Formats: sequence, structure tokens, C-alpha cells
Amino acid sequence: MKLKEIAKELDLKARAAEDKADREVRGGYVGDLLSDVMGNAREGQVWITRQTHQNIIAVADLKDLAGVIIVNRCEPAKDTVEKANEVGVPLYVSSLPAFELAGRIYVLIAKAKGITFF
Amino acid sequence: MPQDDGIIYQNSFPVEGGNFETAGQVSSQIKAILKSLNLPKEVVRRAALVAYESEINIVSYATQGEIKVVVRPAEVVVEANDVGPGIEDIELAMQAGYSTANEKIREMGFGAGMGLFNINTYSDIFHITSEVGRGTYLKMVVKINEKKEHET
Repeated sequence: MKLKEIAKELDLKARAAEDKADREVRGGYVGDLLSDVMGNAREGQVWITRQTHQNIIAVADLKDLAGVIIVNRCEPAKDTVEKANEVGVPLYVSSLPAFELAGRIYVLIAKAKGITFF
Repeated sequence: MPQDDGIIYQNSFPVEGGNFETAGQVSSQIKAILKSLNLPKEVVRRAALVAYESEINIVSYATQGEIKVVVRPAEVVVEANDVGPGIEDIELAMQAGYSTANEKIREMGFGAGMGLFNINTYSDIFHITSEVGRGTYLKMVVKINEKKEHET
């Protein structure tokens, strides 16, 4: 499932590099500690976080993540948006808290793979 | 293939201590260069990761530092040298989750205590020396042709 499809399903608002959101999302990682994400997130995953400053883009770029979603209606800093556009990391915001957003994305990816829970 | 066979690329990048605005820029630059050399994706990502963690350590704790990258046919060597407070207990600093970061650093999501742990995990060879009150030196080797179970 592509990030832009997930965005449409869950009403995520694009803030940067929407044109790069057509990569297949391989899963996700939730975290606000940059080195934790650096060490544990995997290529092609979407990163769900509450951090808004520009270093999240450096981490997402270095790890080749599919994109970043900022939760709880928080908005990225201006230079975060600029950096994301510059390096081509799709950046979205969600009104949901991280737990709920992660759960919904998990279900969407599973459904796309033909696995159903509910 | 002998390790000191021809250097394909080398360069040094200065890193400014305390400047979180530009933190990560040097590693992004290094990643772009390694990518342009057509190295395997996994090698590029591991080398960029160890460069990033070294860079963040310099920004978080040191006054100033430098990251040096040397690429040879069989390896990427990343060296990080800084002028700074040094590390009192290296063994403790290597432990996952141990951090001496202040509140300001932690609020930004740095200082998780995973930096040196990640470096040790993602490099094939890792050396660290440090002198309290002087600075820290890291040497990280990422091997190019070695098949290693690294999922990055």
C-alpha cells in the first residue's frame, strides 16, 4: 500500500513532498527519540512521531523511510517543511494520537495484504 | 583484496558543536557522496548511520569536531574526532539507553542513549578512545563485500 493511499484513507494532510508518496509502505515505526528510530526503523517504513523539528527529516532521509507523519494535530516547523521538500521526504500531519494512527495504518496494510482481523 | 588498495574517495567535514539546526547535514552530504559512488545500498545506509550518530554526538557534547570519510574497494572508514569533554566511562556510554544529555537535548529527541550502541551495531569494526577534558575519537569500518546479516 502506498503512502498517498494511506493518507487518503486516514485523512492525513500533506505538508511536504506529496509527489514522493507513491512508494510502497512496508510497515511503520513509532518513536520520538531520534536514535531509537535511527537504530530500529527499517527502509520503506512510515515513521509516526510527535517531533516537529527539522532533524526528523535527516533521520527519515538517512534511513530511506517512506515518509513521516506528525500526530496530534501538531504542525511541522517551517524549516522542517523546507527540508522535507528539498530532500524529497513525504511529510504529513494527522489529528490522531500515535497509538490510534499506528493501529489504523497496521490494519490498512494488513487488509491490503489480504489479512483481516475484524 | 588488500584493504589499503587504492583510495576511491576521501574527505573531511567540519562539525560545529552545539548547532542543532544544521545537525545531520554532514551525514546527509556523506550519504549522497557514497550513493554517487554506487556502493551497495546497505553499505551506504550503515555508513550514513554511523556518521549521523557521530555527528549528533559532536553537536550534542563537543565544542568542535571533524568527520573524515575514506572509501576503499573493500571498505568505508568513517572517523570522528572532537575537541570536547570526553567520556569518563566508555563501557557505560556504550550501554543502550545510557545518556548524559541535558533536558534541552532530550526535548528535541536527541540523547536517547542509543548513539554509540547504534554505531557498534551497524559498523563491522568499531574503535573508540577518549580523554576526559580533551575529546573523543571514533573509528568505524563498514565492509563492502562482506555478506553480513544487517537489515537496515
